[in-house]
Amino acid sequence: MGNKQTIFTDEQLDAYQDCTFFTRKEILRLHSRYHELAPHLVPMDYTNEPDCKLPLALIVDMPELKENPFRNRIVESFSEDGMGNLSFNEFVDMFSVLSEMAPRELKAIYAFKIYDYNVDNYLCKEDLEKTLNKLTKEELTPEEVELVCEKAIEEADLDGDNKLSYADFENMITRAPDFLSTFHIRI
Amino acid sequence: MPVDTLITSENDTDIELDFAGDEDFQENHERQKHKGKRRNGDRPKNKRENQRRKRSSKSVQGIREESQSTTERRERRRRQRGKAEHETSGHQGNKGERDQTRVKTTKSKKNLKNEKTRKLEGKEDGEAQERSEKGKLKPVCAKNEEKIESGDQLKEKEKALGVKKKKKRKKVVETSSEPETSEESEDEEEVNNDGEVRPELLSPEELEKLKEAVDEKKKLIQSLRGKPWPMKQKLVTLRESQLFVEKYEGALGKGKGRKLYAYKVMMTKKWKKFQRDFENFKTACIPWEMKIKEIESHFGSSVASYFIFLRWMYGINMILFGLTFGLVMVPEALMGRPYGSIPRKTVPRAEEAGAMDFAVLWDFGGYAQYSVLFYGYYNNQRAIGWFKFRMPLSYFLVGVGTVAYSYMVVIRTMARNANESGVGDDNSFNFSWKMFTSWDYLIGNPETADNKFASITTSFKEAILEEQESRKDDNIHLTRFLRVLANFLVLCCLAGSGYLIYFVVRRSQKFALDGLENHTWWERNEVNMVMSLLGMFCPMLFDVISALENYHPRVALQWQLGRIFALFLGNLYTFIIALMDAINLKRKEEKVVKYNITMWEASLYNGTGSENSTAPPVTIHPADVPRGPCWETMVGQEFVRLIISDTMTTYITLLIGDFLRAVLVRFLNHCWCWDLEAGFPSYSEFDVSGNVLGLIFNQGMIWMGAFYAPCLPALNLLRLHVSMYLQCWAVMCCNVPQERVFKASGSNNFYMAMLLVILFLSTLPAIYTIVTIPPSFDCGPFSGKNRMFDVIQETLESDFPAWFSKVFSYASNPGLVLPFILLMVLAIYYLQSTSKSYREANVELKNKLQMQNEENKKKNKQAALKAQMDLEEARKSACQTAELQRNNNASVQRREDDEEIYNKNQRMYHVRNPSPSVGDREPHFPVRGPAPRNCHNGNHGNPRYLPGFHQQSEPRMYRVPSLERH
Repeated sequence: MGNKQTIFTDEQLDAYQDCTFFTRKEILRLHSRYHELAPHLVPMDYTNEPDCKLPLALIVDMPELKENPFRNRIVESFSEDGMGNLSFNEFVDMFSVLSEMAPRELKAIYAFKIYDYNVDNYLCKEDLEKTLNKLTKEELTPEEVELVCEKAIEEADLDGDNKLSYADFENMITRAPDFLSTFHIRI
Repeated sequence: MPVDTLITSENDTDIELDFAGDEDFQENHERQKHKGKRRNGDRPKNKRENQRRKRSSKSVQGIREESQSTTERRERRRRQRGKAEHETSGHQGNKGERDQTRVKTTKSKKNLKNEKTRKLEGKEDGEAQERSEKGKLKPVCAKNEEKIESGDQLKEKEKALGVKKKKKRKKVVETSSEPETSEESEDEEEVNNDGEVRPELLSPEELEKLKEAVDEKKKLIQSLRGKPWPMKQKLVTLRESQLFVEKYEGALGKGKGRKLYAYKVMMTKKWKKFQRDFENFKTACIPWEMKIKEIESHFGSSVASYFIFLRWMYGINMILFGLTFGLVMVPEALMGRPYGSIPRKTVPRAEEAGAMDFAVLWDFGGYAQYSVLFYGYYNNQRAIGWFKFRMPLSYFLVGVGTVAYSYMVVIRTMARNANESGVGDDNSFNFSWKMFTSWDYLIGNPETADNKFASITTSFKEAILEEQESRKDDNIHLTRFLRVLANFLVLCCLAGSGYLIYFVVRRSQKFALDGLENHTWWERNEVNMVMSLLGMFCPMLFDVISALENYHPRVALQWQLGRIFALFLGNLYTFIIALMDAINLKRKEEKVVKYNITMWEASLYNGTGSENSTAPPVTIHPADVPRGPCWETMVGQEFVRLIISDTMTTYITLLIGDFLRAVLVRFLNHCWCWDLEAGFPSYSEFDVSGNVLGLIFNQGMIWMGAFYAPCLPALNLLRLHVSMYLQCWAVMCCNVPQERVFKASGSNNFYMAMLLVILFLSTLPAIYTIVTIPPSFDCGPFSGKNRMFDVIQETLESDFPAWFSKVFSYASNPGLVLPFILLMVLAIYYLQSTSKSYREANVELKNKLQMQNEENKKKNKQAALKAQMDLEEARKSACQTAELQRNNNASVQRREDDEEIYNKNQRMYHVRNPSPSVGDREPHFPVRGPAPRNCHNGNHGNPRYLPGFHQQSEPRMYRVPSLERH
């Protein structure tokens, strides 16, 4: 912008604005955050779309994600390779989905991905157990965990296959009063 | 070479999936994901393919030779396939790609097909290579080969599917998910290949189609940000769509219309750009974004919600301030008569001496009282300044406008909040919601995170307890008694505080009659101080009392909020009632003064007249003219003082209660006998609900008093601005995160509803005074009128043409107004009853859904039972055939790891069957996707008897493994 060094061309910025819920300023801020993570790896000049990826460990260390019990899953489910290596595009994508403006449907899709630990497109009992243990720092007894998981599945499972498909999950999450307010990260 | 066929057979599952026509969103989603996965693999392949096309076919074969041995046979087969493709693509033309035919007119058919064939081969090469690298394929290959050679018609089908597949690939490369859009993008590519398409050459239908395509693209661009695709794909799609739109938009429209169309397109583009810039500008203007973000990351969303509310309030007050400042205060100050020109704009002689004292100014007396800040200063001159600004009218309309605007904003926000929060009132997903939405993703502070973990754990434990024991209270009578007692105590508190305020206000009036000078500071500020102190200590008392009640914390919080609300409201209304008394007193005084003035004037004129009839009447300095008490200014002053003292107490409690406490705890901790930080005083928590209530009541006072003191919005703006910074600082430096983190969102509309109630209650007294009490005779913009709203009448009569006032008088005729009101009531009734019926329908649907749900579960359980029995039967029969089928085992193994998860998911159907029999359904293999999978699932039993087969043929069931394939 202006007399500063150009990070993106105007077309790129426009394209990002079309593809995300961010404004120009926020995209530039995102870039600076991304740059800060690894100044020696990430170039300042993105006009020729350099191919660079940051590993999971660096991204998870951001203050926005640091305390989140699902941080690894978040980063992994937004990465192309599933291992948590994020390019800038995916980085922007992640915060776009987690931004306040993103619609409930989009958030639900990614929330499902995040909670689906074994990536089988179903939330089965193991997924729920992992989620619950992360949420409570494993302070519940195994019986309690069992009970809660069973209850959760019983409540939300519509087709009776003892695991939550995306349809079940969406049905449940769209009625949750807190989902929109808690499933977002400001950056 | 059979690898090719294997691949086609694999791919045809995809095609089946895609053509299944299932509308379920989930499937869409999965499909997209699936495609995304494939695409990633495809892109490099495509590149490779292009390179390969340039190379000689020999080198292609060279690569192939790594995995295959019989090149000649493959060659022949490929040729065959090419032929078959020629045939099938003809069918495809009308089936899959209606649009394509149109472009084909300019293109040589043969070329196109050759190209297709080549592409296909190249791709398959790529895949073949990839597959063979895995090294798992060999046995399957051999088998497939035989099979395929046996079934000719099967091959035909496969090839058809191969073509389909190829198209699919292409679509995938172009990164679109819906078949329609992908067709179009394919279409686009064809057109691009074609080079130039003259719009003139296109027939109207084709133009129509093109237009549709362009519109589609535009829609795609619009909705792109909401698509769950990876960014790279979105960028590519965006670029392509933009190119497409750019290229063909101009082609639309013909002759005369064309220019206009192009112009329109250009204008919309410019307009979009402007809109985006404006949007960017708007977000850049939102203040305190980073500050709030920081707080959010430290304290979670509930504390941040207070600051967002504060900011919202600031915005509203900004508008109110703009209205009063721009349309009332500035015009009067600039264009009205200057200070000292008339009595109402001059400090009376008696007060002149101390008018500049700080104590007086602090009380908004002296010069502050006789300035634009208060009602009394304004003149009743109809039009002021060189462009005839209608001052009284403006004053009245601004007063009404601020209230109307506030109503509008509050109600609009409430409606939006209600929309956003959805229908989360039922409790049917208690555990799942707790599991999936209780973590606040905003939290970025270790301490808060710890608290959050703890609170989530306790909430789970509570829920489990509640679930386990059906509510039984050990001593219901005691609890009831305690609750009644608590409410009784609270009522006593409320009554006591109300009486105290009434008493204090009456006393202050007595003091005021005596004259303020001979009283102490406390006596002068008694009212405000008492109100502030009550507001400070009563909530604490309520907190103590509520410990008696033993409610669930959330319920307790609501009770607490309700009580504080009642307290504030009671105080405010006692204050207003006392003020009404004061107004009545002033009006009695006014009558006396009015009489005296006429006497005084008469005596003045008589005196001068008798002495010298020719001399001009003596000019009396305006400060010496006797004047009425002007109750409006008094009301305004009271409110301003109230606001000031309220602000002061807020800030001082902040400094003492939070800051000083934190400092003491921090620094005395070294030399104290117990741990101050963990023990008794500790650090304070940020009290969200109390602060929000304070803000709401403050705003209520602004609405109430703004009519009589135009300076109130300005003052409030200042207060909010300062408290934004002060509270941000205080929160960050001396508060600790709450131990019990309450959810903010659910109460959001609760606060808004309170704000609405307060708005209504605060406009009531203002409207009452405006409508019923005649304005003072010698101060304010409405002096000399019978009622304040007469200013409307006056304007209508003198500023508008005669017919307008006539029409208006007809319209305000009760005969018209009453039916109108009746109509509105009817409309409200109608809307309410429809919404009620909607709600009922909603409940019914919900019940139905639940019933279906349960039925489903029951059915599934039965199916599972039956499956168990069937499987046992199957095992017996399978044992006999086991030996025969064992030789086929090898082919199964390749898939086994992929199927593992699936098997796990499906174990309900087969897990109880340990028999190692083999699925010998290979002939189904290339034709139908799900079939082979079923065999493998049932590789412990004869798949023919596999129960639950129908369910598995449902798309959702069999899609999973196809996703798992690499």
